[in-house]
Amino acid sequence: MRNSKGSRGLNLGTGLFVLLGFAALFFLTTQTTSRGISLESPPHYTVTAKFDNIGDLKVGAPVSIAGVEIGRVTRIDFDSRDYKAMVTMQLNDKYNQIPSDSDASIYTQGLLGGKFIGLTAGGSETYLKNNDQIDFTQSAFVLENLIGQLLANFSKGSTGGASDAAPSDAAAAPAASAAPAAKAAPAAKEKTK
Amino acid sequence: MSWFRDVAGEASKSLVTLGATTRFLVRVLIASPSVLLRGDLIIEQIFNTGTLSLVIIMLSGLFVGMVLGLQGFQLLQRFGSEEALGTAAAIGLVKELGPVITALLFAGRAGTALASEIGLMRATDQLSAMEMMAVDPIKRVIVPRFIGGIIAMPLLAAIFSMIGIYGAQLIGVQIMGVDSGSFWSQMRASVGLHDINEGIVKSCIFGVACSLIAVYEGYYSVPTAEGVGLATTRTVVTSAVVTLFLDYLITAAFS
Repeated sequence: MRNSKGSRGLNLGTGLFVLLGFAALFFLTTQTTSRGISLESPPHYTVTAKFDNIGDLKVGAPVSIAGVEIGRVTRIDFDSRDYKAMVTMQLNDKYNQIPSDSDASIYTQGLLGGKFIGLTAGGSETYLKNNDQIDFTQSAFVLENLIGQLLANFSKGSTGGASDAAPSDAAAAPAASAAPAAKAAPAAKEKTK
Repeated sequence: MSWFRDVAGEASKSLVTLGATTRFLVRVLIASPSVLLRGDLIIEQIFNTGTLSLVIIMLSGLFVGMVLGLQGFQLLQRFGSEEALGTAAAIGLVKELGPVITALLFAGRAGTALASEIGLMRATDQLSAMEMMAVDPIKRVIVPRFIGGIIAMPLLAAIFSMIGIYGAQLIGVQIMGVDSGSFWSQMRASVGLHDINEGIVKSCIFGVACSLIAVYEGYYSVPTAEGVGLATTRTVVTSAVVTLFLDYLITAAFS
């Protein structure tokens, strides 16, 4: 019924549409989910660092120095010998003059943002090479721990201060002189602090 | 009491339509297996509903993604978590906006074309002529269009979501300066395969609903110029309402 040329154009159009559709499905399943395959990787070298606690640092998080992004976290492992987190990162080959005694810390982007690794340059004359390890690390700042410490300090501080203040007041009263009372007051104040 | 009679009349009319559509669906499904062997008919309809809808789907996806990028950035910036933009855009597009907007556009672009084409066939007695020649119009006309729509819809929705994510990336990363790595890594960390599945299931079901409504309205249109116009209008209105209703049901079923 249809001539072969028209049918060919039809098949081509349909084929392109179906191909594009499946390419989109492939993109959605691999590039937007965690079972992704990374497409781009510029020339890079790999360094590792061990952290006591990485918080919620994720694979793919940026690595920056002086606020400039120079690489990515590519792998996170748990080292069962010293119970530390082993973070592998790829740094761009452009930035190959980072002192080997540099310091790696985990920071948070914004108040509730994701974690990233910030490097602080050291003073060494030798530079980080492929498969080197960064020795100086500082763990993630975990909000829950900080709140916990703060609460603990608060409760300890207030009860300790009250119990200290009572006897010093009692001691000041029998003396009945202005000087010791004046002395006791700042002392109590300092303790409650 | 006349309003009561009006309401009851309208309600019974909708019930009749629902029942007739369901019976029509059963007829189409029974006729489907033998039509699956006629690949050329189905390919032609995938071309008509899919390839010809591609431009409007891609353009709309781009702009919806760009709006998501802009609005999402401005909202997330207030909480200092712009990096979550990728997650917000991807989840929004893959689970909701992709399937729903594609279904609405599909009803407007392909559904109306199907309904008016079949309605005109009815008005010009082409369907009766087929019956005269012992060709079943359900098999020859309706089923290929129905199946073509069902195949095209999930693919269109996937294309919409993909283009939308790039639109959000364009605004968020290239213009607003969200970190590209955070955009993608946070998206990958929080979008799961089950989110993608939900989107695919939704778009398949919307495809069935929108295609069915279009061929039903066309097939049972009043065979006049006015009747065909009415059929296309009803296709868009019914498809939109049914899509949004089904969207709620599927979302509730998945959560």
